[in-house]
Amino acid sequence: MSQRLFLLTVAIAALASSVLAQERALPLDKLRSGLEFAGADVRAMQADDFANPGLLWVERGEKSWRDAVNGKSCASCHADAATAMHGVAAHYPAFDATAGEVMDLEARINACRVRHQNAKPLERESEDLLALTAYVAYQSRGLPMAARIDESARASFERGRAFYKARHGQMNLSCAQCHEQNWGKRLYAETLSQGHGNAFPAYRLEWQSLGSLQRRIRACLFGVRAEMPRPGAPELTDIELYLAWRAQGLTLEAPGVRR
Amino acid sequence: MADSRISVPPENRRGEPFEVRISIRHPMETGYRTNESGEHVARNVIRRFACRYNGAPVFAVRVTSGIAANPYFRFFVRARESGTLDFEWVDDIGVRGEAQATVKVV
Repeated sequence: MSQRLFLLTVAIAALASSVLAQERALPLDKLRSGLEFAGADVRAMQADDFANPGLLWVERGEKSWRDAVNGKSCASCHADAATAMHGVAAHYPAFDATAGEVMDLEARINACRVRHQNAKPLERESEDLLALTAYVAYQSRGLPMAARIDESARASFERGRAFYKARHGQMNLSCAQCHEQNWGKRLYAETLSQGHGNAFPAYRLEWQSLGSLQRRIRACLFGVRAEMPRPGAPELTDIELYLAWRAQGLTLEAPGVRR
Repeated sequence: MADSRISVPPENRRGEPFEVRISIRHPMETGYRTNESGEHVARNVIRRFACRYNGAPVFAVRVTSGIAANPYFRFFVRARESGTLDFEWVDDIGVRGEAQATVKVV
């Protein structure tokens, strides 16, 4: 009897994982980083750590990591980022038990500031937050994206998926219509990528600056003339989590360079 | 605003030119843009950038709004004596930046 129950459990678990596998419009072996859709000049810029302007933010983040705020720096608790933060960014966005919600890397850094440094959260897209995020993400560069979708993250994941598949804005387009059904084709002068966030925070030539994945998603929403969620809005975290799941296994490139 | 990254070869042969690279974090605001409320954004670019090698000027440039944000300069200097490269720049609102790199000549 107990063996039957065990087999049943195994069967349900296998079914559940296969359901999740079938949901992938992009099979894992077909994943292509946005870098592959970029021109040779952009690829060369990212390949050379000196030419990549994103490293300017990484170096600034390294300083912020050691700067004390109200007597405590990031390093006071975490010591060396190269070991303490190795692989961390690859698992974000992630469920935070204390807050009881899914947080992206920016939100998690801000939560640390509030909880342990008694400081105000840094503003989204501020140079300081971008620098710290870039520095932390940099410690996972070259590692595979590995977001965990467990029970606690499930609700956020489902909302993210619904957002991804829903049509938005005056253009009445969903994320999937461009990035799953038509990737590799041209949209005016652009080649549609698969829409992965593995290079973010990334230096975007259009922005002339480093920017977060949320900013990139907002740029897409602006493109389809949709209502823009405010920076840090929960629906943006949900979509970030869904994107992280979609990109599982792709190499983390932060700080990447994009058009 | 004065963040920069510098690259100089660790060792240089006397009499040979060596490559110097520097990138500076700066918005290089062109003065041609408006912000989200439609107001004009004042020009703020690095105006002047100069490099001295053991005190002697070796490279100087007058920069205008045609240069992208976070400008990247690359030039060659002939190795003479071990010493320092001093970089200096100033932007439209008068913010000065400086950086230094050590040069080893063998």
